[in-house]
Amino acid sequence: MKVAVIRFPGSNCDADALAAARLAGAEAGYVWHRSADLGAADVVVLPGGFSYGDYLRPGAIARFSPVMRAVAAHAAAGRPVLGICNGFQVLCEARLLPGALARNGGLSFVCRQVTIRVETDATPFTARYRPGQLLRMPVAHGDGRYVADAATLDLLEREERVVFRYVGGNPNGAMRDIAGITNEGRNVVGLMPHPERAAEAVLGSSDGAAMFALAAAAAGV
Amino acid sequence: MKRFRARVRVMPRPSILDPQGQAVSHALGELGFRGVGEVRVGRTVEVTLEAATAEAARDGALSMCQRLLANPVTEDYTLEAVEPA
Repeated sequence: MKVAVIRFPGSNCDADALAAARLAGAEAGYVWHRSADLGAADVVVLPGGFSYGDYLRPGAIARFSPVMRAVAAHAAAGRPVLGICNGFQVLCEARLLPGALARNGGLSFVCRQVTIRVETDATPFTARYRPGQLLRMPVAHGDGRYVADAATLDLLEREERVVFRYVGGNPNGAMRDIAGITNEGRNVVGLMPHPERAAEAVLGSSDGAAMFALAAAAAGV
Repeated sequence: MKRFRARVRVMPRPSILDPQGQAVSHALGELGFRGVGEVRVGRTVEVTLEAATAEAARDGALSMCQRLLANPVTEDYTLEAVEPA
């Protein structure tokens, strides 16, 4: 399995994502945002950070980077794409996922461990978890409040496309406690918490490791 | 081609909680301003652009709003003015 970690100017969790992918046994490399091709990657990871300084809105400018055309094509082909934190914001801005990430309800930047519940195992990134499983991993964001209109939220729930929910406390005021979602094809997943920062025991939790490991099996590579 | 300046106002949608506005409202109250109700914080974007006519500049600015300047999920935009620059 080959994993491409996209680097935008301002990405800062790229090294962690690369390390998590390698730890999971993948061949992983960086792809600069000006690149138009993904180097035959099987899985694309959009890492956390502050692409383009979060100017205008987080992810608003990164979505027009040349590499995003290749990411959109990769997603349209049904291949796995994982957006973490800023990567989730970029995927929403790019309309590869519905809704948006707004300023945290409490206004402050939140940086702490949270508990999320796996709501579905029917995505390449959650295939190695079981529904209902609780995971501990950190959040670190100022704009993580998931918002969408009621019709979109109902659709996501009806189609079981809410992938992760915050339990025991919602750190940002996200609607319906949503921490992560998937697209209609279930191959694109975005989440605000950081599985790459919970990928081995020395980091305080290894609950996120399987998110990188399982992409291989589900992608059939 | 002529140069125009387009001014766009982008505001959080009324249905979306605006914590920034709430914080400003609270601070105004702390400063002793009485009767302060809801405060909403948005942004103004000024773009100078070249276009053949004011109409074309207007169309260009509206297209910019749709594609980049506002997020239709969370924000509303108003094209406030298109003036010769």
